[in-house]
Amino acid sequence: MESETALYVNYLPVLLGGVVGFILVFTALIGARLLAPFSEENQKSTTYECGMLPIRRASTNIGMRFYLYAILFIVFDVEVIFIFPWAMSFLNVGVFAYWLMVLFIGVLALSLGYAWKKGALQWR
Amino acid sequence: MSSDTRPATPMSRQIAEHRSLLDRALGLPKLVLVALSVALIGFVISQILIGYMVVSGQLDGKWYDIRDFGNAMVSLSDAINSSGMDSRIASTLTYLIPTLLGATGIVSVVGGWLLIGPWAERRLLAKFQIRQGPNRTGPFGLLQSLADALKLMQKEIIIPRGADRFLYFAPPIAVFIPAILGWAPIPWSPKMSYADLDVGVLFVIAISSLGVLAVFMAGWASNNHYSLLGAMRTIAMMISYEIPISVSLLAVVLLTGSTKLSEIVMWQSEQGVWLIMLIPFAALAFLFASTAEINRTPNDIGEAESEIVAGFYTEYSGMKAGLFMAVELGNAILVGALMSTFFLGGYTFFGLETWIPGYLILATKIGLVYFLFVWIRATLPRFRLDQLMGFAWKFLIPVSIALMFLTAIESSILVRWDAPSFLSLGLIALVNVAAAVGLTFVWMRVLFRDTDLSAPPAPILTRKMGGLQAAKVLRG
Repeated sequence: MESETALYVNYLPVLLGGVVGFILVFTALIGARLLAPFSEENQKSTTYECGMLPIRRASTNIGMRFYLYAILFIVFDVEVIFIFPWAMSFLNVGVFAYWLMVLFIGVLALSLGYAWKKGALQWR
Repeated sequence: MSSDTRPATPMSRQIAEHRSLLDRALGLPKLVLVALSVALIGFVISQILIGYMVVSGQLDGKWYDIRDFGNAMVSLSDAINSSGMDSRIASTLTYLIPTLLGATGIVSVVGGWLLIGPWAERRLLAKFQIRQGPNRTGPFGLLQSLADALKLMQKEIIIPRGADRFLYFAPPIAVFIPAILGWAPIPWSPKMSYADLDVGVLFVIAISSLGVLAVFMAGWASNNHYSLLGAMRTIAMMISYEIPISVSLLAVVLLTGSTKLSEIVMWQSEQGVWLIMLIPFAALAFLFASTAEINRTPNDIGEAESEIVAGFYTEYSGMKAGLFMAVELGNAILVGALMSTFFLGGYTFFGLETWIPGYLILATKIGLVYFLFVWIRATLPRFRLDQLMGFAWKFLIPVSIALMFLTAIESSILVRWDAPSFLSLGLIALVNVAAAVGLTFVWMRVLFRDTDLSAPPAPILTRKMGGLQAAKVLRG
C-alpha cells in the first residue's frame, strides 16, 4: 500500500505535465483555427510533388535495410534495459555478476558480428 | 581611388557606422545616466547584504530564499497544514499547488525559450557568416519569433488528399508532449525538481524514444513519397542512436550508483568533479547521438531540404509545421539540460551554487550547450545516411560497450579503494582517456584495414598549375 501511494505521488506530476503540454499545443492549434483562412478548393489538396501529379499512393514498399536495422535495434534496446538493474546492483553482487554480463553481451556481440558479416549493416 | 571616403555597400556602411553598446549608453541623457548609476549602486549594496545573510546562514530554508524555490513550496505546504483545514483537503492542496506551479514553470521555460531561441540561433548563424541576421522586428530583432508565430497561425492548414485523418492530426501533439515531459525529472536546485523520479534515467530514455512514433505517424499518414522516405530515414537514424545514448547513460549509472537525476548531480558535486572529465567518451557519444536523436545538423538527414524537401513534415502547413519546428528547438534545450545534468555537474558549479541560484547556473550551462549546437550547425556539413548508420553500429556501439565494462571495473575499485579522491578520480580519468583514445585508434585500424586511406591524387589542373600558389600568383 505504501509503495503504491509512492508510485502515484511520483508519477501523477508527470501525467499533469502531459496535460498542461497538451493544453499548450491545443491552444496553438485553436488559435490557428480561429485566425487562419479555410477555403474549399480541389487542386490545393493534392500532395506535394515537383510540379507534376504524384504517381500512386505513397504507401509503397520500403527498403529492406530499415527492417534489419529495426530488428537489431530491438535486440540491443531490450538488452540495455536488462543492463540497468545490473548496473544498479553490480557493486553488491560482485565479480560473478560482472562475468555473467560479459557473457550476456558477448552473445549479443556475436549476433551483431553475424549480422555485420552477412552485410546487414552495408548500405547498398 | 576616388576622393569619396563613404563605404561602398550598405553592409560596409552599417559596419562603419556601428557604435558599441557602451558608446550608445554614454550618449543617453544625464538624468538617465544618474538614475542608472544609482540603481547599480543599490544593486551592489543589496548583493553585499544578501551575501552577508548567506554567510551567516539566515537564509537557509526560509521562504524568501530564492536560491531554491523548493523552500517557498515547503513553507506554503506548512502554512496550509497548520491552517486547520480538513486533513484530506489540506494534503490534496499541498500536493496539487506545487505540482501545478511546477508544470506552469516548465511550460513557461519552454515557451519562453521558443520565443528567444530561434532569434538567438539566427543571430548567431548570421554572425558566423558575417551577416546581420534578423534585426528589424523590435529591439535587436528580439520580437522576430513572436512575429513568426503570429504569421504561422494565420496560415491555412491544408489536409492533403488521401491522408489518414486521425494519424495526420495526431503527430504535432504527440511530438510536442514528450518535449515537455522530458523536463520533469531534471533538478534545478536541491529541492527544486518537478518530479524527482527514482528511475529518472530510464524515464529519460523512454521519453526520448516516443518521438519516433510521432515521426512514423506523420510520414505514413501524409500520403507523400517525400514524407515516407524522410520518416523512414529519421526512424532508422533515431533508433540506431538511441543505443549509444543508453549505453553512455549506463556508464553514468555505474559510476554514480543511482538512476535518480538529483543523486547523480549530488554525486558530482560531492566528488568535486564533472562526469565529462571522468568518462569523456560517454559524454561525447551522448552529445553526438543526441544531435541525431533530435534531428540537428550534422545529422539532420531526416529533413535534408536539398534531398527530400522537408522530410516527414513535408505535407504539414501553418501552425502544424510550426509545432514541428518548435519541437526541434525545444528538444535542443532539453538535450542541453540532460547533458548538463548528466555530464556537466547540473545546477552546481564547484560551490558557486551557494551564492548564485542553481537554476541560473543550469540555464547558463544549457545556453552554452545550445551555443555548441549552433556552432556545429554553422561549421559542419551534413553526413550521408550510410555513414551515419555505419558510425552508430560499427563504431559507437562496440566501443562504448567496451568502455562501459572498463567503467564497471573502475567503479568497483573506487568503492573499495581508500585513496584520496583526487588521486583515485584523476587515475580513473587518465585511464579512461587513454583507453578511449587507444580503443578508437585500434578499432579504426581494424575497420579501415581494407581501405586505402592515402590522400587521393591531386586534380590535373592543380598538379599543372600548383593550386593555391598559382592562384596567389595570378591574383598578384
